[in-house]
Amino acid sequence: MRAFTYERATTPEAAAGATLAEGAKFIAGGTNLLDLMKLDIERPSHLVDISRLDLNTITETEDGGLRVGALVTNTDLASDPRVKAGYGVLSRAIVAGASGQIRNKATTGGNLLQRARCSYFYDTNLPCNKREPGSGCAALTGLSRPLAVIGTSDACIAQHPSDMAVAMRVLDATVNTLRADGTERTLALDDFYRLPGDTPHLETTLEAGELITGVTLPPPVGGTHVYRKVRDRASYAFALVSVAAIVNGRESRFAFGGVAPRPWRVEEAETAGAAAGPDARARAVIDAAFAEARPTEQNAFKVPLLRRTLTAVLEQASGEEK
Amino acid sequence: MSQTNARTPAPHPHQPSTQGVTLSVNGQEHSLTLDPRVTLLDALREHAHLTGTKKGCDHGQCGACTVLVDGTRVLSCLTLAVMHDGQEVTTVEGLGTPDDLHPLQDAFIRHDGYQCGYCTPGQLCSSVGTLDEIARGVPSHVTADLNDVSFSADELRERLSGNICRCAAYPNIIAAVSEVHAAQNGAAAQEAAQ
Repeated sequence: MRAFTYERATTPEAAAGATLAEGAKFIAGGTNLLDLMKLDIERPSHLVDISRLDLNTITETEDGGLRVGALVTNTDLASDPRVKAGYGVLSRAIVAGASGQIRNKATTGGNLLQRARCSYFYDTNLPCNKREPGSGCAALTGLSRPLAVIGTSDACIAQHPSDMAVAMRVLDATVNTLRADGTERTLALDDFYRLPGDTPHLETTLEAGELITGVTLPPPVGGTHVYRKVRDRASYAFALVSVAAIVNGRESRFAFGGVAPRPWRVEEAETAGAAAGPDARARAVIDAAFAEARPTEQNAFKVPLLRRTLTAVLEQASGEEK
Repeated sequence: MSQTNARTPAPHPHQPSTQGVTLSVNGQEHSLTLDPRVTLLDALREHAHLTGTKKGCDHGQCGACTVLVDGTRVLSCLTLAVMHDGQEVTTVEGLGTPDDLHPLQDAFIRHDGYQCGYCTPGQLCSSVGTLDEIARGVPSHVTADLNDVSFSADELRERLSGNICRCAAYPNIIAAVSEVHAAQNGAAAQEAAQ
């Protein structure tokens, strides 16, 4: 690991300015950042420890939603009685990810910022436009089985690894930030995440020095909440595909994980085949939401797998609704 | 920028630095002076000379380095020691002693819950944390009802999935932890009845 200097931030305002300097980075849970630093992929020269800021509570908003502090751990978020009751898809998505030890440390803000698990991003001997802009993408002609099928570019086909963010997307959660100049912003997830285009190293629209302070969940929308994740082993693995769903008749919402550079949701596709049975409905939704998919030969299986996974989700939901 | 509004300059990025860190490990204070790169795992092993906690993959994939920080199980390889100044750390050495084993240590021995034993300190700390998490209602991927978290072998298998044992002593580990859970809850039930 390369040398860095370290400071502990005492207030969000002080923290927000502290990473304006080049090479400075926030650290909270550290479960992804430290791994990447050991592998010489992340090379911060200065770490601003935000882990003890007062951003670790979940409070109710005036309109009946929840404001989740950026430092709420994955375990605490998934375990909160209000989250279990009103946002089951979020609890389910969180506990589908990582291991108990990591969820105890990983934070809400950090989870949104975790970086790609593409094996070429992780291998510093090989080209990767996300890690080394302009170096090329070894995944395009390499092992692409786990990678994205939509929203990709000729520069990068890495998929977003988070389960939590997929549930956040289906819940219409927004990201709250504090900029270095002291002003606050609220960003929808689609405005928070960038698609790779020809700058895959830029993953979010966060500005230099901008601190995620929390996530706001709108009031609960009811319906049956399901998170279904398909992976190569039963536990502690990233998704090949995943579905976050709130099933509520024609008002159903679906977001998809493991298939795109950010949680993938196409609102216009959600009513497709709404009157049909689970199988035909899933086919209609996936056909509409993935019409633009450009999978590789190795990951073309993901689209039919996602369709079958959505069928299973709809069957499960109809079983629970009876 | 106004000179009267001077802020503390940011530290020079390449300036070598060490930090004073006080960790309370198994009830004993350790005042250490560390390069900020030192992980909690390396601080425990190389600086506090507590080698019970094992370095396996050093990348958060195997669970061998699991310790309890302020009572919660975490991976000591994926966190910096400087971030834990003033916090309470429990390692396998703090669970029990050879003469006074923790019930889980005793059960692991009787059920042969280890073979090479390298993963065992992490398995033990993880098991302590897991039983506490189940008692606190923390759900897992296999929890059927989010609002009704209860103990089962399936829950243990899922919750301990971050602890890899190459010898595959898993069935014996499940038996050992299950027995301790039953003994603890039997005792709790008896206490409640009295």
